[in-house]
Amino acid sequence: MALLTLLEAINQALDQKLAEDKRVVVFGEDAGYEGGVFRVTAGLQKKYGELRVFDTPIAESTIIGSALGMAINGLLPVAEIQFDGFLFSGFNEIVTHVARFRNRSRGRYGLPMVIRFPSGGGVRALEHHSESIETFLGHIPGIKVVVPSTPYDAKGLLVSAIEDPDPVIFMEPKRIYRSGKQEVPEELYRIPIGKAKVVKPGKDVTVVAWGAMVREVEKAMKLLENDNIDVELIDLRSINPIDEETIINSVKKTGRFVVVQEAVKTYGPGAELITLVNEKAFLHLEAQPTRVTGFDITVPLPRGEHFHFVQPERIAAEIKRVAKY
Amino acid sequence: MLFKNFDPQKKKRLTILDEKGKITNPELEPKIDKDTLLKMYKTMTLARVVDIKSLQYQRQGRLLTYAPNIGQEAAQIGATATLEQKDWFSPGFRELNAFLYRGVKLKEVFLYWFGNEWGNHFDESVRVLPVNVIIGSQVSHATGLALASKIQDKKEVVLTMIGDGGTSHGEFSEGLNYAATFNAPVVCVIQNNQYAISTPRSKATKAETLAQKAVGFGIPGIQVDGNDVLAMYVATKEAVDYARAGNGPVLIEAVTYRIGPHTTSDDPTIYRSNEEVEEWKKKDPIIRFKQYLIDKKYWTEKQDKELDEENNKHVGEVFRDVEKNGHTELLDIFKYTYQDMTPQLKEQYESYRKFLEEGGK
Repeated sequence: MALLTLLEAINQALDQKLAEDKRVVVFGEDAGYEGGVFRVTAGLQKKYGELRVFDTPIAESTIIGSALGMAINGLLPVAEIQFDGFLFSGFNEIVTHVARFRNRSRGRYGLPMVIRFPSGGGVRALEHHSESIETFLGHIPGIKVVVPSTPYDAKGLLVSAIEDPDPVIFMEPKRIYRSGKQEVPEELYRIPIGKAKVVKPGKDVTVVAWGAMVREVEKAMKLLENDNIDVELIDLRSINPIDEETIINSVKKTGRFVVVQEAVKTYGPGAELITLVNEKAFLHLEAQPTRVTGFDITVPLPRGEHFHFVQPERIAAEIKRVAKY
Repeated sequence: MLFKNFDPQKKKRLTILDEKGKITNPELEPKIDKDTLLKMYKTMTLARVVDIKSLQYQRQGRLLTYAPNIGQEAAQIGATATLEQKDWFSPGFRELNAFLYRGVKLKEVFLYWFGNEWGNHFDESVRVLPVNVIIGSQVSHATGLALASKIQDKKEVVLTMIGDGGTSHGEFSEGLNYAATFNAPVVCVIQNNQYAISTPRSKATKAETLAQKAVGFGIPGIQVDGNDVLAMYVATKEAVDYARAGNGPVLIEAVTYRIGPHTTSDDPTIYRSNEEVEEWKKKDPIIRFKQYLIDKKYWTEKQDKELDEENNKHVGEVFRDVEKNGHTELLDIFKYTYQDMTPQLKEQYESYRKFLEEGGK
């Protein structure tokens, strides 16, 4: 066991999968020689050579489209898109091909491939570097979408993603890449895709969050320390598939439901989860299910982004309101 | 070498077999064995019958949309015949001849156009990707297949085809540039059939030829008479050998013509004249290839007539079978989205199945 950051845990997962399985290849813009703009892939090219860890031209469509071809022809590609907002340049490939190939070919060509990218805001970056785009991705049948919130989960989920027979989008909450270390086992281990995690059991309010928002909810819970509200915090971990069971069991117990998402509000995963709660736990509800989200605006540049990003104070206020309702 | 001698920027175009089926360039005539030549010819004639009959089936309301290949047989067959079995083909959607030559079953072709995804479930050994409607992407997919070949040192070459209209798409450039950067073994054939639905080639690009786009990628490009099956074979063979040897991609522009509509939903009389179509009909790739085979004593008019009857009978039989048995099962539309259905999907399927079983109540 070693104390690792989330970023180091991802690097270790890639390193160990590259070592263990010759079919794994890692590539993207600046992902080879330099090790990526965040250094997530640092040292890997030196260790595994330019054929297996490489830089690509600035060409998101072909990065993703070529990963599709590689997955068909015997490899397990792990493609990096440099930033969340850059994914849209390659989005066509995901929606029109990657997600559909298994179905289009009636099972002839499943695509064991991973697309990973740094996700979300909070690093005071330029436009298109702070987007939470899980809504778009969660809406596409045929892909899986996961997002870790801890170093331990990051490694285990990425290993599962690489080994999954279907395409997996692996979102990396960039604002917590280096914030906080955790004991991470040296050996390879897996965290099943599609399973949420109860971070902290509680009996009063169910709060669901994912990625960096899990940390923000934890901060909010600190703010509520003297309010006598026993929060059950669930880390969703998988945008698709959704772990309905964990959420519904929790709501049946608490009767109150708050979902926290960094993404803009309308049509977001929060809306989906609230619908789920209404469909499957309606009679257990003590208060209307609710959400704390970004606003329906373009992510502001750094001088205004703090207004948009969900703050612990907003989360705490909403939890309090729902708990007292 | 061939690519140097036929520089598209010097207005050079490779031809070997003229419109009358006579060899105009004897030193370039390829040495193809009789069996292969006959396989090429028979595939072209079968595809022609499939096209003609499919247009009829569609008019009778028995097929939905269909994209015919009439006039483009040589461009596809000359290129595809150069591949080895281990090589790959990354198609667009108008590549019936290439499909059949690679070993895709006629039944599958009809299933696809009948509206059933099982028509894209080819035998693994044919190494053909499913029909690709969103044009441009097939170049990226080809690049990935080729990179995987290179990384694993498999010596497989990937052939991809795109239309003149498709060359305007970003992924055509993105994919070829990417492939070139890695010296990935991709051979890209542009079937320049003169129109992107209604838009003529002249409105798709300012470039004088499509082959010259290769210059920007730093790869060889060559323009070929796409209705000349021997010229297509020679150019593609050289390209495939070049790519297999690790030199990277080649771009081939096959100058041809779509005699039929874009698809059955299209009315080409709106945007082109009958005279133009009639001129191109004189350049029919099948007529000149047949003459070449007859001159070589590999084929006779009598055999040709028999083959045509056989083709018509066979195509009719296969289509009627698909018409009868080609319908989709409920489970099919759920089952292949993931290797295993997600819990959400399973619930949707089970609940709908139950609804139907209970008579939709």
